[in-house]
Amino acid sequence: MVRVSFSELAKSYGSQQALKGVSLTVGAGELFGIIGPDGAGKTTLLRILASLLLPDSGSAQVCGYDVVRQYGEVRRRLGYMPGCFSLYQDLTVEENLQFFARLFGTTVQRNYDLIADIYGQLAPFKDRRAGKLSGGMKQKLALCCALVHRPEVLLLDEPTTGVDAVSRQEFWQMLDRITAQGITVVASTPYMDEAARCHRIALMQSGRFLLVDEPHQVAASFPFVMWGVRAAAMHRLLNDVRSLQGVQSAYSFGDSLHVTFAPSCGPGQLRSHLAQCGHTEVEIARVPPGVEDVFIYLDYEG
Amino acid sequence: MKTFLSFIHKEFRHILRDRRTMLILLGMPIAQILLFGFAISTEVKNSRVAVLDPSADVATRRIVERLDASAYFEVAHRVDCMEQVDELFRRGEIALAVVFSPYFASELQHTGEARLQLIADGTEPNQAQMVAGYAAQVVQQALPRGERQGVTACVRYLFNPQAKSAFNFVPGVMGMILLLICAMMTSVSIVREKELGSMEVLLASPMPPLGIVLAKAVPYFVLSGVNLATILLLSRYVLGVPVQGSLALLSGISLLYILLSLSLGLLISNVVRSQMAAVLVSGMGLIMPTIILSGLMFPIESMPEVLQYLSGIVPARWYISAVRKVMIEGVEMFHVWREICVLAGMTVVLLTTSIVTFNKRL
Repeated sequence: MVRVSFSELAKSYGSQQALKGVSLTVGAGELFGIIGPDGAGKTTLLRILASLLLPDSGSAQVCGYDVVRQYGEVRRRLGYMPGCFSLYQDLTVEENLQFFARLFGTTVQRNYDLIADIYGQLAPFKDRRAGKLSGGMKQKLALCCALVHRPEVLLLDEPTTGVDAVSRQEFWQMLDRITAQGITVVASTPYMDEAARCHRIALMQSGRFLLVDEPHQVAASFPFVMWGVRAAAMHRLLNDVRSLQGVQSAYSFGDSLHVTFAPSCGPGQLRSHLAQCGHTEVEIARVPPGVEDVFIYLDYEG
Repeated sequence: MKTFLSFIHKEFRHILRDRRTMLILLGMPIAQILLFGFAISTEVKNSRVAVLDPSADVATRRIVERLDASAYFEVAHRVDCMEQVDELFRRGEIALAVVFSPYFASELQHTGEARLQLIADGTEPNQAQMVAGYAAQVVQQALPRGERQGVTACVRYLFNPQAKSAFNFVPGVMGMILLLICAMMTSVSIVREKELGSMEVLLASPMPPLGIVLAKAVPYFVLSGVNLATILLLSRYVLGVPVQGSLALLSGISLLYILLSLSLGLLISNVVRSQMAAVLVSGMGLIMPTIILSGLMFPIESMPEVLQYLSGIVPARWYISAVRKVMIEGVEMFHVWREICVLAGMTVVLLTTSIVTFNKRL
């Protein structure tokens, strides 16, 4: 069952092309991630799907309804959480939730089972003003508010931006439970490490999808062998690695460097080159490439 | 409907929780009513005059000619009885009436004393005092030196016998406060949702976009009603300015004006994107013209002609004029139909424009 589909969507702001023709279909109960840096066009895409922006060309359907012509039907079936949404700061947790339930013509009680385990964490603060909640709590409340009318499709624009690591973890667990109930979730995020949490992802850059696939397939599509390199003097390691002919790419990745070689070269040459440069405690080991590696590769290729 | 009511409930919560703003909104009319209305300088120019001259002799003719020739006055009507004078005042066609006693010249010649009455429109007391003062001077100068002592000009302020200036500014403050609350506060509260990002969520909900805006307007409509009542009670019991005409008519006109202001607020919120811009546009674009051009501070009659035309598009001008007539002169609806028509027309145009331009998307 297709819940969200769009083809050849394009949108420009003046001379700035935000979307350059993107296409996709997302099924029922799928957790779909749109992964890309700021300015990739994620928010524009989600706003078009939420019927809040008109595309310049292309078409999009949510639950089978056209987002331009049948926006009323779309809005009835949609849950949307914008990136900058910060709820009503001057209303309490409970008041916010009740308001959004009423806005969609339902009550908190009727759909309580859907939000029970998220709201359970918020319940102790239900009389607190939303403005006084922590960032993670705010996002959980916003998620509750977007879910309280049991939408068929949930659009989340960077829901975990500005949220601590533990809360992010919890947030994605919630999305898992939501999709298990048959709700389709399309979430955007700039964090590559969250890609693995999605059923499928699209890598997005400059208004285009670079790749659409399951996260492990995306990682497996990396065409080279990836090596992790560490040494005692990490700060000058990168320049020394790059100075070797035959090193195809090298960049910092967490606490090590990710390095690929041209066919003519390999870890052996690198080890001796680094020894010549006076590096000690050199470790070179194969590492599985991640989504971010694929993104950097595709972005560089493009 | 339930959705709509809960929306209104939410708006009231926003207003009630923001104590400082609410205090300002409720306190402002009180402060303004109590503080306003001190000397506002006015200038007399080409004021229209009606003359009741049963004597029609050399002396009266000379006085009338002199009045007409001066830069301050223009003799617009010659009438035969006091009823006509009253009628002209009610229609707002004249600022001054000069009433001579019968046998003016012969009295002056034989007894050395003659009387004439200057009647000014007391609804604008500053203006009225000025007009009457100028007229008295012109009359004196029109007579030969020897006869000046004998002529007494008796001044009467119509509608406002004591020339209380409160009579003048109460309608003005009403016009301004209602505009401020309806237009400025409504636009700010809608734009705040845009700034917060919650407008996106509201728009993406099944609630009709117009419902969102209406729900925003209702609390300010109520608040305006409270302010209207405050102003009327204060002016009645503190300043002693009673409502002469029908309270129902006054309320009806006020409701029309409130609706018009709300449409203006909605229109502003359609155009601007930040609260700051909303405040600036409504402040500079609405409040300033209202203060300057509505007749609240400066009488429209003594403005340059261009500004007089310009004041025609300031809604508050028509509202204030209607309130003056109903509240202070106590006229019937028949005498304010022009103001009502203009206000109603403006409301229809503004409301339609704001609904048409309302963006159901971002």
